Amino acid sequence: MRKIILDSLFGRPLTEPAPAIDEAALAELARGVDRAAHRRLGRSLAIREVDAGSCNGCELEIHALGNPFYDLERFGIRFVASPRHADVLMVTGPVTTNMQEALVRTWNATPDPKWVVAVGDCAFDGGLFAGSYAVAGGVSAVVPVDLHIRGCPPAPVHLLQGLLALLSVGTGG
Amino acid sequence: MSATVSSAEAAGRAAMVLAAITRGAVQVADHRPWQHFVVDEAGWRRAGEALRDRYVVLLGYWGETAAVSLAIADDAMLQVLVVTFECERGSFPSIAALHPPAARLERTIGDLHGLVAEGALDPRPWLDHGRWRRPGPTSRGQVGDARAPYPFLAAEGESLHQIPVGPVHAGIIEPGHFRFTASGETVVRLEERLGYVHKGIERLMQGATPEHAARLAGRVSGDSTVAYATAFARAVEAALDVPVPAAAHRLRGVMAELERIANHLGDFGAVCNDAAFALMHALCGTLREQVLRCARRCFGHRLMMDMVVPGGVAAPLAAEGIADIRRLLAEVRDRLPALIDLYDNRTSLQDRTVGTGILRPEYAALFACGGVVARASGRDVDVRRRPGYPPYDGLSFEVPVRHEGDVDARVRVRIAEVQQSLSLIDQLLEGCSGGPVRVELPQPGAVREGMAMVEGFRGDILVWVRLAADGTIERCHPRDPSWFQWPLLEVVIEGNIVADFPLCNKSFNCSYSGHDL
Repeated sequence: MRKIILDSLFGRPLTEPAPAIDEAALAELARGVDRAAHRRLGRSLAIREVDAGSCNGCELEIHALGNPFYDLERFGIRFVASPRHADVLMVTGPVTTNMQEALVRTWNATPDPKWVVAVGDCAFDGGLFAGSYAVAGGVSAVVPVDLHIRGCPPAPVHLLQGLLALLSVGTGG
Repeated sequence: MSATVSSAEAAGRAAMVLAAITRGAVQVADHRPWQHFVVDEAGWRRAGEALRDRYVVLLGYWGETAAVSLAIADDAMLQVLVVTFECERGSFPSIAALHPPAARLERTIGDLHGLVAEGALDPRPWLDHGRWRRPGPTSRGQVGDARAPYPFLAAEGESLHQIPVGPVHAGIIEPGHFRFTASGETVVRLEERLGYVHKGIERLMQGATPEHAARLAGRVSGDSTVAYATAFARAVEAALDVPVPAAAHRLRGVMAELERIANHLGDFGAVCNDAAFALMHALCGTLREQVLRCARRCFGHRLMMDMVVPGGVAAPLAAEGIADIRRLLAEVRDRLPALIDLYDNRTSLQDRTVGTGILRPEYAALFACGGVVARASGRDVDVRRRPGYPPYDGLSFEVPVRHEGDVDARVRVRIAEVQQSLSLIDQLLEGCSGGPVRVELPQPGAVREGMAMVEGFRGDILVWVRLAADGTIERCHPRDPSWFQWPLLEVVIEGNIVADFPLCNKSFNCSYSGHDL
């Protein structure tokens, strides 16, 4: 263990520089987000993740945001265990009808001001699962969405670009 | 089956039992590679009794508009059989009444198809929470009532309390509900309620082309996308009796083993993280990320989604890809010993994993579960070896088995499987040559059926498919390994403390999406 710690202390860090902010995400956010509310957050975002029927592919990539390559917490962004502690709900999946009420209740439990980020192609419009008897068809069909991050699943770097856009809108870039 | 019976005797007895089940039954003409019979009520009951008496193991159990089917095999997985009972009166004799591990699959048949299991002990719905917009895949079913309370099984005694958890969990994981009954810190009973991520995948597959259905199959459980896409492709290829180029089999093998390595590394780190040992999580996360980046460079997608297609694989592997994967293997080989050493020498970590969440071998055998969960509890199964499929039939590998059945054993089986996968990819790359990697699928011209089993990182995935004469999917049933593992999680947590549930759960790592469909 000593060797691992020494290697970590003196080795080159694996963490990569922040990616450029996603312009499309900025444009989407600029339309709907209240700058004044954002300023109150400073540069800190607490995220509650809600799987509303994903295949778990998105969860794998959201998990990867915490690994040493992306190190999400250096930006002041962290995942929290309760919606009551969250500024942002990050929702994946096409919203199954069996999860619809749980998603609405989670949204209601999140204090204002709050934002919803829909992650993945299914969260956008139901994706491959659109039209199913068991699917509401996208997060915006159930709760208002401030930012969509597309992809099946979106790579961690794309998730990061979207989240950084959310931070930068609040602080004026 | 008593332990004194030799495997040859057991195989002989299973053959007799299978013959008895299909006595006088009608064989379905175009079903490959295993036989499929339509049995009468007596034959169906004999199948249930064979399961009850442990002459055969349960591989799958699914329904259709007016029929139910069982996939069964002998314990050695050498004789596989599909039997179907046609439910002329909208009902069928319950298999779960004879063999309880079939219960959740049987409740699902009721939810999705409206068929009634006669004599079933548990009439509660399973995937149907009364919230679907219309009934399941067939029109006979009725949507349940969302307002009706779901009666959890009782646990009575002095000073017992309930802890409801989920469907929205504290971590970044899938949704499901766990109802704990605890006496102080000790769990007396856990009951799961699943179905929250039911997407109606089977219905979406109906009428789809094999290419489109393969994309759906690859999203039954995203962490096993290669294994699912391969199982689906193999079932379609079996139905059409179409041979796939050897190079495609090899690339499927490379991708499947990369997927196994990535997931096992993730689980290894995650189990340690649940014991508050975050360093291992960071180190394993780094290695896992390197595997995913290599997959992205070589196959164009980090999780390798949609790379396996019916008829072969989507694209060949370039020469630089082979060198890239070899560098990755060297990196993992270089780093892994330090991680194993770190795990071995942390008594605080071992204190949490050793002796925690013990799955007794008799339960693993009763549920005929697969994967790491089975192999850490003495059950020596791996469908790569038996029944076997290409490219593994020409490769040498070991199936690591342990007998302790605790969290530690499941961690150690995963590590040993990573080492086997490294060797398997070595062997596969050795023989990688040019040549076609995909063939066109022929038109079936008639109804044809196929079935395949593929060893994902979680265990054996079964896909059964029936193609219509025009080549579209008439009915497809993918069965996740989690079906036979989730119920066992309820068993292993009993008598453990609530705080050890995350460790037990992570060491199983069952799929919610794969189970809920």
